[in-house]
Amino acid sequence: MATVDLKDVRKVYPGGVEAVKGVSIAIPDKELCVLVGPSGCGKSTLLRMIAGLETISSGTCAIDGKVVNAVGPTERDIAMVFQNYALYPHMKVYDNMAYGLRNRGTPKDEIDSRVRSTAKVLELSHLLDRRPRELSGGQRQRVAMGRAIVRNPKVFLFDEPLSNLDAKLRGQMRVEIKNLQRSLGVTSVYVTHDQLEAMTLADILVVMNAGLVEQMGAPLDIYEKPASTFVASFIGAPPMNLLAVTAKPDSPANTPEKLFANGASLGIAAPVHAATLGFRPEDADVIGEGTKPSGALKLSATVEAVEPVGAESFLYCAAAGGRIVVRVSGRAAAKPGDRLEVMVPAGKLHWFDSTGKRA
Amino acid sequence: MTPRVVFPNRVLPYLLVAPQLAITLVFFYWPAAQALYQSMLKEDPFGLKSKFVWFDNFKKVLADPNYLHSIKVTVVFSVATAAVAMIAALLLAVMAEKVVRSKGLYRTLLIWPYAVAPAIAGMLFLFLFNPSIGSLAILLRKMGIAWDPVLNGTDAMILLVAAASWKQISYNFLFFVAGLQAIPKTLIEAAAIDGAKEVKRFWTIVFPLLAPTTFFLLVINTTYAFFDTFGIVHAVTGGGPGKATETLVYKVYNDGFVNLILGSSAAQSVILMIIVIALTAIQFRYVERKVHYG
Repeated sequence: MATVDLKDVRKVYPGGVEAVKGVSIAIPDKELCVLVGPSGCGKSTLLRMIAGLETISSGTCAIDGKVVNAVGPTERDIAMVFQNYALYPHMKVYDNMAYGLRNRGTPKDEIDSRVRSTAKVLELSHLLDRRPRELSGGQRQRVAMGRAIVRNPKVFLFDEPLSNLDAKLRGQMRVEIKNLQRSLGVTSVYVTHDQLEAMTLADILVVMNAGLVEQMGAPLDIYEKPASTFVASFIGAPPMNLLAVTAKPDSPANTPEKLFANGASLGIAAPVHAATLGFRPEDADVIGEGTKPSGALKLSATVEAVEPVGAESFLYCAAAGGRIVVRVSGRAAAKPGDRLEVMVPAGKLHWFDSTGKRA
Repeated sequence: MTPRVVFPNRVLPYLLVAPQLAITLVFFYWPAAQALYQSMLKEDPFGLKSKFVWFDNFKKVLADPNYLHSIKVTVVFSVATAAVAMIAALLLAVMAEKVVRSKGLYRTLLIWPYAVAPAIAGMLFLFLFNPSIGSLAILLRKMGIAWDPVLNGTDAMILLVAAASWKQISYNFLFFVAGLQAIPKTLIEAAAIDGAKEVKRFWTIVFPLLAPTTFFLLVINTTYAFFDTFGIVHAVTGGGPGKATETLVYKVYNDGFVNLILGSSAAQSVILMIIVIALTAIQFRYVERKVHYG
């Protein structure tokens, strides 16, 4: 199979817009790399550059150790699943899947056996004689997957393949894609703006923002140690609570006392350069009145709204430093208007400096 | 189901469509009915007396070797014109799609010939290719091609096809450009990733997806070549030399308005009407089956 290596890849459009500003990613063989970020962050452009559909302005893209900057998409031996599936509307499902093999001159009986076995894996066997417009959204998605798989390419590229499906189907397909990718062992690059998809699918998660990589690594590492406030607020749903903190004016410069935006004291020690304090909704615990946990952050909060999801509930509260979300398991006892004491253990606090970087 | 639009006023809708209906009735149905009636009349050239002869005119026309020759001429002319006009337009449209800079300018320029009146287009070609004064004719002669559309029937036909298709290319071009733009870019990209080179992509993806446009243009171009080319034939060759470029439409005019054989002319126009209706029916019945609408 293959590795994918991007070295300082840039994309500058003729108008001068720089969509990708120097990205280096190394994807080991058989791993699934997810590019995630808000729209316009350059993730799709990056994927299209790997596919060969966009030229690379500078830097190199290598597939299987070979630089492919000058190689057209036809010769890169990759397969791509598009957001709108891009199935050929005038061809039957069978021909859609066979098209790539025919173009490469595969013998007829081999095409037939590969198409049929792939269709069997994807449960498409009974649909081979249909045309794309006669299929449901989920079935089209499967055909698009089948068209990619049947070619047995070096690399799979996915461009937001699940965003046109309803929530339930998306969940199913997510699991299926993961299983398929793992069993086929094909190196893959997957673009999405959905952080849940990104978290669950990725071997390597790349969080992008404004044409640059914000953070790269294993999904849970990123979740537990976000490198910036951007990553902290992008990964996780609901996102991490971020509260601005400032140094108390007359406190010592080397060990300043930190205050919340409303002037209340944090009551705990904070790093010197900390400008933002963050904690995950699930790391906050509701505690009884008057308890004083040592070394932990303690906040008084007023419940503004309760969002019961079933297995858990989210309390949207107004606290000293701003609005926060607290996760409680099961049914929430609190009602809007209730006052709560919220505690976050010191080890679960994240500090960020004034540039948004982890302090 | 789209909600039905209901006009509260009962009279107004009819008033609104009345002008269009009146025009259709006066300029289409009435003359068509007249032609049908006249095709069964025998009239003397001075229009003094006429006689109802049923299908005698048709019998005579269909037995006339001149008429059969005219059918042959028309088939050659129509097939050649439709083919040249469509192939050239498709080629230009594909090229215009690939132009990166000033795409709009190219497109606009390529659409202009459609605004030229048929007679003027005909005159243009007549002058350009006139064997004695035409600048392009001289060029052809210098290249060693014995070019003489005034005396040579084949040359005259070539000139006519060139003039007729030149005018129609713009129209076809417009539709092909629109058709090409309607093909999603991702399909082309998917085909490229699937290993299809440019030529292969065109024939396996682009051309099949253009089929609805191509089919529409086939019908339009056939009708154009049959009916709308009278002005060009009249201006360029006048049906000559001899009867080498006398198409059916031109013969209708010649026999009716020049030779004043009104009954025969009317019978010919009725036959022409039937031919075009039949052709269109055939195209819809057999060709359209192979067309996939998105």
